[in-house]
Amino acid sequence: MRHVYLATFFVVALVLSVFGLRGTVFTSPPMDVFPEWLFPSMKYQPKFRPQAETTFFADGRADRLPPPHTVRADLALREDDHRYLGKSAAGGFSAGLPEGLSVDRKLIEIGRDRYQIYCAPCHGALGDGNGITKRYGMGATATYHDARLRTMADGEIFNTITNGKNTMLAYADKLVPDERWAVVLYIRALQRAQQATAADVTDAAARKTLGLP
Amino acid sequence: MSKLFPKSANSLPFQILIYLGLVVGIATAGVTYYMTPKYTRVGYAPVQPVPFSHAKHVQEVGLDCRYCHSNVDKSAHSNVPTAQTCMNCHSVIKANSPLLAPIRESYEKGTAVPWVWIHHTPDHAYFNHAVHVNRGVSCVECHGKVNEMDVVTHSQPLSMGFCIECHRNPELRLRDPKDVYNLDSKRLADQGAAGLKTAENFVHDWKVKPPQSCSGCHR
Repeated sequence: MRHVYLATFFVVALVLSVFGLRGTVFTSPPMDVFPEWLFPSMKYQPKFRPQAETTFFADGRADRLPPPHTVRADLALREDDHRYLGKSAAGGFSAGLPEGLSVDRKLIEIGRDRYQIYCAPCHGALGDGNGITKRYGMGATATYHDARLRTMADGEIFNTITNGKNTMLAYADKLVPDERWAVVLYIRALQRAQQATAADVTDAAARKTLGLP
Repeated sequence: MSKLFPKSANSLPFQILIYLGLVVGIATAGVTYYMTPKYTRVGYAPVQPVPFSHAKHVQEVGLDCRYCHSNVDKSAHSNVPTAQTCMNCHSVIKANSPLLAPIRESYEKGTAVPWVWIHHTPDHAYFNHAVHVNRGVSCVECHGKVNEMDVVTHSQPLSMGFCIECHRNPELRLRDPKDVYNLDSKRLADQGAAGLKTAENFVHDWKVKPPQSCSGCHR
């Protein structure tokens, strides 16, 4: 009987040394405890998940581009050129927010949120072009606080976000049109903040702290 | 007649029973320990086509998760970024790095970058990223501290038990919505009694009602 226990002990030691402990870092594909060929289940279904791989299409992607002229249901027909292209009826870049959007705290907060995610890495939190990427060699990033950008039409800023400009690539895939307008609004707020004067301080206590009458 | 069985053979049936008990015990322990995602999946860190370091991009550069995973708060699927997303910076920064060659090739020719899928839920489980992150469930709950990983490693089992545990008591895991993408932040419940109260109010006010029925996730 002693030999049986000894043999069992060696089997356990062998299993432990082959399979190791939980949480060990490994690079080979994970083991399937109930492999599909032995226990057919619904773990792997004949369907494509987003960004999945396939051998069916030549480029190896399961995702297909929508056919030309497809319109996303929630973005309507994009007939409003002001809202979706930043263009006015006359053909130039439009001024002001498009119809359906109004300047309010909610929109500007969406703008701030999106600006800080997508724009601040290069343009900086203040919009002065001193984002973190400069430290890694991004070269000159435009500041919003010069005359050219202060007077730029809102539609042109919208267009730059949509299509990119110079080394800045398009952000249309990251921001839906209304979010782009929210970012335009926040950029205007940043510009306004850099142009503030003592007259802009309306809070009585703050005026006193600053020594203003 | 010689003795076929020595006297000690009398206790053999009993000894065999004890031994079988031991074997069953060992087998149970082995199955419990090994046949679970806690063993099969946790620790999976495949070699990716580009050695992208989340630690560098999040902690050093300070990028938000959503800069690259831009659809996580809008879509059920949290997207792996397009090559163009990388090129936003890498068209200028480290533009000729050989490590980035697959990205440049993808950007120029439109070929796919063969990223290896790590957190792979079974096809019969429907997980929606947007509803989780928009209701205070941080990335870190399921993906671990990706912000500290040079190589992304599967850190949570993502088994059904793991999901259900949180679905039963969401208030213990939720974060303030502004902390969802800050992987170093604390859960509300870990911020003392006031935090737990905030979490309970959040669950009530935001109607956080994680399904516990089968069809909630298996449809």
